[in-house]
Amino acid sequence: MRLSVQDLTCVRGGRTVFEHLSFDAEPGKGVQLVGANGVGKSSLLRILAGFLPPAAGTFTLEGADEETPIGEFCHYVGHLNGVKRAFTVHENLAFWADFLGGGEVDEALDAFNLLDLRDIPAGLLSAGQARRLGLARLRLVERPLWLLDEPSVSLDEASRNILSATIEGHIAAGGLVIAATHLPLGVKFGQTLTLGAEGTS
Amino acid sequence: MHAFARLVARDVRLTLREGGAISTALGFYLVVVAILPLGLGPDLNLLSRIAPGVLWVSLLLAALLSVERIFHNDLEDGTLEVIALGPLPLELVAAAKSLAHWISIGIPLVIAAPILALLLNLPADAFWVLILTMLTGTPAISFLGAVGAALTLGLRRGGLLLALLVLPLYVPVLVFGVSAMNAVIVGPASFLSSYLILCALSLATVVLAPLAAAAALRLSLG
Repeated sequence: MRLSVQDLTCVRGGRTVFEHLSFDAEPGKGVQLVGANGVGKSSLLRILAGFLPPAAGTFTLEGADEETPIGEFCHYVGHLNGVKRAFTVHENLAFWADFLGGGEVDEALDAFNLLDLRDIPAGLLSAGQARRLGLARLRLVERPLWLLDEPSVSLDEASRNILSATIEGHIAAGGLVIAATHLPLGVKFGQTLTLGAEGTS
Repeated sequence: MHAFARLVARDVRLTLREGGAISTALGFYLVVVAILPLGLGPDLNLLSRIAPGVLWVSLLLAALLSVERIFHNDLEDGTLEVIALGPLPLELVAAAKSLAHWISIGIPLVIAAPILALLLNLPADAFWVLILTMLTGTPAISFLGAVGAALTLGLRRGGLLLALLVLPLYVPVLVFGVSAMNAVIVGPASFLSSYLILCALSLATVVLAPLAAAAALRLSLG
């Protein structure tokens, strides 16, 4: 599967955030999205996830069924974790497994070292633990395109290594990853996309 | 269909577990109905004459208190984003969440209504109409409320605006719900004509409101 973006323009609140952005994301090569605050990294990811309509331009996921919205092929991990505080750690993931059509809950918990916290209400988790629970969705449900917006925020070093290994595993398996990040993730990205004053490069 | 059922079950479970919404709605309903006779005086005839209207209006207000929660909590913790990437179209997401609101808030309010009707001296032969009309009308309340909740999503203090938006939409349900009850209590109008309009209103709302709510959700996610 291959993501190809053509001439994408993003306008928010009357301000052009970026215009004429074109790039291809090849399988087996992750894309790192860099640039100063406010250049549209998050907006780009939200457009690709289908939350935000682009002002102009198109993007297609080659090899995917055209009838299905691209959103159903992607994981989006944004600033919010998507965790229900009233549910336990296990219940949170079990719902996503049911709803999104995923796999083994305990395996995904184990991958992010959450198995010990399995029956704790998610409201009691620390920021880093809640983040890991949000990230565990990546392991739980198999989807080809990962859109990650600052995925390593509030993670400690050990958890960041788990995240890097997970991302590298996905890239090595031929998946697509587009990650916006300021902190070094320790992942070898095959491609770096700089959003900035010039618009694109 | 599987994802739809899972989403309904999740929302009902969340409401039950968090608990606050149900008890607030029931408590509010009780207080409004109980305080009215204190203001109006102990005239039993008067009370039983206005009982249908009082029970319906306070049910609308009580349900309105929790309508905001339909989408708000999910937007705040980010689960709405993940749900939007799921296999369910947003129209069905809105329908599932409205249905869950009806099950977890609407039905408890309907169950409480006959008990509160005792406070207002509702004639005994009107109890079955009370339950029947409310069971029929409350889905419309939840589904219309979801449209308002989706429109005011992400606004600060959206609750007041929500009430302004949604209460006028509740008027037809209120009018035909009350008139179906009055037809049985005082006559001479036919119960069936009002009741069938109420059914039609409810059915149309259940079909159409999720379309509007989904359009509003798309705006809020952007």
